[in-house]
Amino acid sequence: MHVLLNIYHSDACPTIKNVLLLDSGGRRVAVKYYTDEWPTNGAKLAFERSVFIKTQKTNARTEAEIVMFENNVVVYKFIQDLHFFVTGGDYENELALAAVLQGLSDAVTLLLRGNVDQREALENLNMMFLCLDEIIDAGMILETDGNMIAGKVATHNMDDGAPLSEQTISQALATAREHLTRSLLR
Amino acid sequence: MAQFVKKDDDRDEEEYSPFLGIEKGSVLQEARVFNDPQLDSRRCSQVITKLLYLLNQGETFTKVEATEVFFAVTKLFQSKDIGLRRMVYLIIKELSPSSDEVIIVTSSLMKDMNSKTDVYRANAIRVLCRITDGTLLTQIERYLKQAIVDKNPVVASAALVSGIHLLQTNPEIVKRWSNEVQEAVQSRAALVQFHALALLHQIRQNDRLAVSKLVTSLTRGTVRSPLAQCLLIRYTSQVIRESSMNNQSGDRPFYDYLEGCLRHKAEMVIFEAARAITELNGVTSRELTPAITVLQLFLSSSKPVLRFAAVRTLNKVAMTHPMAVTNCNIDMESLISDQNRSIATLAITTLLKTGNESGVDRLMKQITNFMSDIADEFKIVVVDAIRSLCLKFPLKYRSLMNFLSNILREEGGFEYKKAIVDSIVILIRDIPDAKESGLLHLCEFIEDCEFTYLSTQILHFLGVEGPKTSDPSKYIRYIYNRVILENATVRASAVSTLAKFGAMVDSLKPRIFILLRRCLYDNDDEVRDRATLYLNTLGGDGSVVETDKDVKDFLFGSLDIPLVNLETSLKNYEPTEEQFDISSVPKEVKSQPLAEKKSAGKKPTALGAPPAAPTSTVDAYEKLLSSIPEFSTFGQLFKSSAPVELTEAETEYAVNVVKHIFDKHVVFQYNCTNTIPEQLLENVIVVVDASEAEEFAEVATKPLKALPYDTPGQTFVAFEKQEGVLAVGRFSNELKFIVKEVDPSTGEAEEDGVEDEYQLEDSEIVAADYMLKVGVSNFRNAWESLGPDFERIDEYGLGPRESLSEAVNAVINLLGMQPCEGTEVVAANSRSHSCLLSGVYIGNVKVLVRLSFGVDSSKEVAMKLAVRSEDESVSDAIHEIVAN
Repeated sequence: MHVLLNIYHSDACPTIKNVLLLDSGGRRVAVKYYTDEWPTNGAKLAFERSVFIKTQKTNARTEAEIVMFENNVVVYKFIQDLHFFVTGGDYENELALAAVLQGLSDAVTLLLRGNVDQREALENLNMMFLCLDEIIDAGMILETDGNMIAGKVATHNMDDGAPLSEQTISQALATAREHLTRSLLR
Repeated sequence: MAQFVKKDDDRDEEEYSPFLGIEKGSVLQEARVFNDPQLDSRRCSQVITKLLYLLNQGETFTKVEATEVFFAVTKLFQSKDIGLRRMVYLIIKELSPSSDEVIIVTSSLMKDMNSKTDVYRANAIRVLCRITDGTLLTQIERYLKQAIVDKNPVVASAALVSGIHLLQTNPEIVKRWSNEVQEAVQSRAALVQFHALALLHQIRQNDRLAVSKLVTSLTRGTVRSPLAQCLLIRYTSQVIRESSMNNQSGDRPFYDYLEGCLRHKAEMVIFEAARAITELNGVTSRELTPAITVLQLFLSSSKPVLRFAAVRTLNKVAMTHPMAVTNCNIDMESLISDQNRSIATLAITTLLKTGNESGVDRLMKQITNFMSDIADEFKIVVVDAIRSLCLKFPLKYRSLMNFLSNILREEGGFEYKKAIVDSIVILIRDIPDAKESGLLHLCEFIEDCEFTYLSTQILHFLGVEGPKTSDPSKYIRYIYNRVILENATVRASAVSTLAKFGAMVDSLKPRIFILLRRCLYDNDDEVRDRATLYLNTLGGDGSVVETDKDVKDFLFGSLDIPLVNLETSLKNYEPTEEQFDISSVPKEVKSQPLAEKKSAGKKPTALGAPPAAPTSTVDAYEKLLSSIPEFSTFGQLFKSSAPVELTEAETEYAVNVVKHIFDKHVVFQYNCTNTIPEQLLENVIVVVDASEAEEFAEVATKPLKALPYDTPGQTFVAFEKQEGVLAVGRFSNELKFIVKEVDPSTGEAEEDGVEDEYQLEDSEIVAADYMLKVGVSNFRNAWESLGPDFERIDEYGLGPRESLSEAVNAVINLLGMQPCEGTEVVAANSRSHSCLLSGVYIGNVKVLVRLSFGVDSSKEVAMKLAVRSEDESVSDAIHEIVAN
């Protein structure tokens, strides 16, 4: 009798409502909204505030955490003093959101060479913006692989001189090296 | 002081930011470097980052500032620095230039689109598609089609994703790309396939056959990325849903594919498939089992996201198939202590739905510890679940009622407290044993309740239930305390409650009188008035006591008249010798036109003209109709519609029609008003052409002899129809009359008149005319008491709709039934809605309807309609109404 017919939204493609990168005080480092659900800056700040407060006391360091409120599903992860959030509608596949979050935090970790904190993120803010731009395009998931995202962002910061093919290879090498170091340090 | 400075230093260090003290004005100044002949690309990048930082922090640029920055930025296309170019792309997207500005960068971006550098191509496509308009799009279409099948996956994805966005604004152009998109679906690059699949489906989503073909071919082929696989699962469910609506027999198509996905290596896909299976229409337990099994495994995952996804899905399954979920109960119980409170809440509510009677006590113990550290919104969910559990296991009311009263004493907001109070009230109503303890819990609660609304609700409820208990006197203290301690609203309702005790319990009467007399000195009007009124009716002041029954009716009888109608009737009432008769107030919920009073008010009453249009109550209509001999044999009047205007406002003749429905007849009452002072109309009739209403046969016409200026009159036309047939149709109407000139100075009409006619709008008999809006106070009880014998359930697609609430209203209006419990209101942004309707169908058959609506992203609305009634054929009739 109570079969709610919300299954009928399942035809839609997974979409992301926003991606937030906040610091440990809940302040914006870089944020990106993809819907009109929060039309004003005030509304956006209020959302960030409530998401920050709701998640603040949880431990989202080893595994991504999840919270649901105001008909949105928010997956989040904290690294040092940076708080990463990815928001989707309440029908969204939670694991797809988590994949985006994972891609984001991996890419940021790679780009900041393991020094993931608010200061480093602000000093490389251009990369943070590029990173968001490479993950989501107007709500559509572009890429979820952290290595690929970081690769795309880093390519742009390479010198113009080297031919592109070499650039990609050297970038790949750099990424691989970085990856190795990181796994050794663990 | 030193300490203070030091503290400040600390703060600075902690919140170090390269953007500290950054100001829009100075950054805009800095942006002048963009114009330098020798570009410092590093510097320029930094400035753009600062601009982006400002925008990202919520700073806004004025139109002039944005234009200036935009023009300066366009100069940077000279630089060959990739990093800088990338920032240029970003800032252009952020500035969202106007169309005349776009032209300036178009050529640069088109050059980049065809560049050898893949990074340029991919990004230029995304930027250009973001800022472009239709005309420009046709110019670059050729390149985009190429890009879709580009070897480089990043370029292809960029074009495909841009296509998805452009489909919203320029669908006709994007639809021309199908061939290329189709090719990209076969791409070896995982994400290209995902993006291509999403775009292809959106292009074809209204073509069922094409979607079905797409699904058939892909479920057999290879799908590379988990995201694409998830999409395919969604599209497959769509195909299953549509095909199962057509043929009920045989095996479910594609189920094997869904089940196969449960063994996929990516959790994302497994979950998507499991969820899709649980949401299949009329899913069988055999089909459910494998999905439940994988979800159960997820419950003990180390990943919170996975646990959450699984428990949320199982929670939904528990609503419809509680038995299927009981296997997971042990895993669920361990989730009650989950760090993540969302998971814990979902686990508890699931357990409350699936748990058996013996486990209730243990469960309540676990929940008690848990309640203190979750937010109100979760608590409300738990309270609702506990209420349904209690109704399911009434023997367990003691522990559940105790739980509710405990949490009622704790801190909480209004919504939460209201949920608890509502639950207790429902339990008291439905479980007789729980009454006394429940009432005492409520009494204790109002001793210290900060919410006026809740206090008054509880006091009202106490007045109804309290006197019927074994020892009513024990409640008096709680109630009178309200009179002493509370605000005026609560005091007034406490006075009413006291009066109810006085009326019902004779032994308490003298004491109640004493208390009520004290209230006569209250400093609030309403409280004093009520006290006086009740003392009077109960005979406390020694005057003539009304009969016992009257008093009780007065105090307890519910006002079975909608307040709106009462208000309108009172407004329409003109003080005369005749007393206002409350029984003349219509009981049907509808809006009353105020117009009648206006026309009545203008007209001098002593003219001896025919009486003004009667007040549109069923009673009055019935009297009117039975006074006409032609109609007196039609039997009991079932329903009279609200007047429907058949002319536009401000025309020569104003005509509206009231439809009177009888078992075998329909009478149209045309209320006519002549608005031309120089005319007198005679022999007014309405000629009705019922050729588009074949099931109706005209049987009688009652003409209006004379229609002088501004004096409304009626003419009637009656039709016969078969009894028990839901006959609908459209009638075209024409007003025919003899018009006579009137000398305005004398008011005398001329001898000779001219025949004339006047076209009116069509009238209609619709299904809703056979339905009376009659509400029920407790829908669930009414639903249960009707029983499932004549229940009919079916599903309907309503096609694309403006909004969910528009669709809900359309169905309510179509059926002409009374929405119950406020379910006609659709929450904003919600994608599904349940609506409860009640009514009485012609032949006095009670009908209840449950509607479940769902809307998808393309605004297609689907509806499930469940009807219960006292008569099988009526249940079917309701479905026929919707089906047509």
